[in-house]
Amino acid sequence: MPTLTFLEPDGKAHVVETPAGVSVMEAATRNMVPGIIGECGGCCTCATCHVYIDQTWYGRLESADEMEQGMLEGAIEPGPLSRLCCQIKITDELDGLIARIPAGQL
Amino acid sequence: MSEPAATQTIVIVGAGQAGGETASELRKQGFTGRIVLVGDETHVPYRRPPLSKAYLSGTATEESLYILPPAGMEKARIEFIGGVRAERIDRAARQLHLSDGRVLDYDKLVLATGGRARVLSLPGADRPNVFPLRSIADVQALRAHCLQGKSAVIVGGGFIGLEVAAVATKLGMKVTVLEGLPRVLARVTVPEVSAFFERIHREAGVDLRTGVQIAAFEGEPAVTHVLLGDGSRIAADFILAGIGQLPNVELAQQAGLAVDNGIVVDEYSRTADPDIYAAGDCANHPNEFYGCRLRLESVQNAMEQGRVVASALLGKPQVYNVVPWFWSDQYDLKLQMVGLSAGFDRMVVRGDFNSRAFAAFYLKEGRLIAADTVGRPQDFMFAKKLVAMRAVVDPQLLADEAVSLKTLLPAA
Repeated sequence: MPTLTFLEPDGKAHVVETPAGVSVMEAATRNMVPGIIGECGGCCTCATCHVYIDQTWYGRLESADEMEQGMLEGAIEPGPLSRLCCQIKITDELDGLIARIPAGQL
Repeated sequence: MSEPAATQTIVIVGAGQAGGETASELRKQGFTGRIVLVGDETHVPYRRPPLSKAYLSGTATEESLYILPPAGMEKARIEFIGGVRAERIDRAARQLHLSDGRVLDYDKLVLATGGRARVLSLPGADRPNVFPLRSIADVQALRAHCLQGKSAVIVGGGFIGLEVAAVATKLGMKVTVLEGLPRVLARVTVPEVSAFFERIHREAGVDLRTGVQIAAFEGEPAVTHVLLGDGSRIAADFILAGIGQLPNVELAQQAGLAVDNGIVVDEYSRTADPDIYAAGDCANHPNEFYGCRLRLESVQNAMEQGRVVASALLGKPQVYNVVPWFWSDQYDLKLQMVGLSAGFDRMVVRGDFNSRAFAAFYLKEGRLIAADTVGRPQDFMFAKKLVAMRAVVDPQLLADEAVSLKTLLPAA
C-alpha cells in the first residue's frame, strides 16, 4: 500500500498507509490527520483540503483542472505548490508523496 | 467548563455527518475518554451529498461514502452502535435508553439526530414505488428503478429533485419534474437563477412543470400514473419525493428540552441542560452574523457545528458563527451559493444567465450579503470572503468580468 506523509505547519509528520484508488484527502481524513477537512466530501467545491505538495512530487501529479485552479485562487494563502488534495487520486506511483498542511482552511 | 476526564463517557445520538464529525474532532483534540456513537442506520457515518449525485448515478461506491470506515472507527476507539434507535433520555440519571433495551450511561450527550425526508400526503403516496431520498438504503431502492427508457416523476423542484432529474436524464430516462410553486428553487434563490435552472433542465429534455397541483397517484399495487389537478395524467415507473425534510426533535422534546424549529441551543451549541448539546440539521442556533436564529440543513453546518460541540465538550468553547454556503451539482454545472440572500435590495450579475456560467451578487445597503455562482469558482471563493467581511463593494466592479473579486478585498 502506498505511504503518504502529511506535515503540519510546525513540521509534525503524519505517516499514513492507504489503499490506491482513494484521494489524498480521503487518506488524510480517514486517518484523522488534523488540518485537512474535506467539507464537500471531495467534489472540488469547498477548498478545505488545500495542501502544498512537496516540490519533488508536484510535477509528477496530473495538473489541476480549471475548476480546481479557480478554487485554489481563493484558498487561504495559495502558492505555486498548492493543490486541493481531494483531486489527487492515489496510485502506486505516488508511494512516498509528501504534502504540507497549511495553517488554516477556513 | 473544565476539561473532561479520561473516565468520562460522551454519547452521541445520530451517526450522520454532525455526529461523525463530533466524534472525530473529540479524538483529534485529544479526548481520551469513551465515545459512543448511536445510529438508527446500520452504516458508520457517511457523506450524504453524493447520494443524489455520484452514488445514484453509480460512479461512487458505498464504501467511498464512509467518512471513517469501520476499521478507522475502531482505531480511533469510537464505539459504534448501528441499527438501533435512541428511545428516551433520562436526564436525571444521565442515561440514554435504546430500542434494543440497552441503557447507556453518559456524562455528556450530543444530539445529532438530523432530519427525515418529508413524505407526500396524497392518495397513493404509500405505494412501494414512491421513494424518498435521504439515506443509502433509499438510494439503493431507488436505483433499482433507474433504468434507461423508464419514466421518472419527481415531485419537488428543490436541490434533491433537480439533482435526481439530472442523473436520471443522463441515465437515459424520461423525466418529469413537478413543482407546486411558480418556480424551482424558490426557497433558496431569486427568480432569475430559478429560470436559469429551468432552462438547463428543459434543454436536457426534462419535462419541467411549475405551479402544478397533484391530485393523486394512480395504479395498484404500484403507481403507474400521476393525476394532476387539471385532470391530465403522467405515466410513471416510479415517483421520487424531494419535498424537504423535517428535523428529528422528538427525543429532545420528550426529554423536556426546548424545541422551536429544531432543538434550541446557544451559541456554543449547548441546550439548557448543561450535559446535553445538539448539532447539525436538528439544531436551531442563534446566528450572530444574521442576528437571528437559524436551523440550517447543510453539510457545512453539520461539520462545523459538530466541531463546535467537540470544542465546547473539551472546555474550549467557541462561538458558532457561520456564514452558510451550499452547493448543487446538476449535469456538468456546479452551483455554489454563499450567504442568505433574503432581504437584498440590489442584485448585480456578472456574466450571462443565458449562458452556462454566471455570478449573481446580492447587496443590502451597499454590502455584499450573498452570491450564487455557476461555473465561476474564483468568484464564489472571493465572494465567500467578502460576505464574511460584510464588505461594501462597488456594483460596477462586481458586474465587470475583467475585474477579479480579489482586488475588491479590503487590504489586510
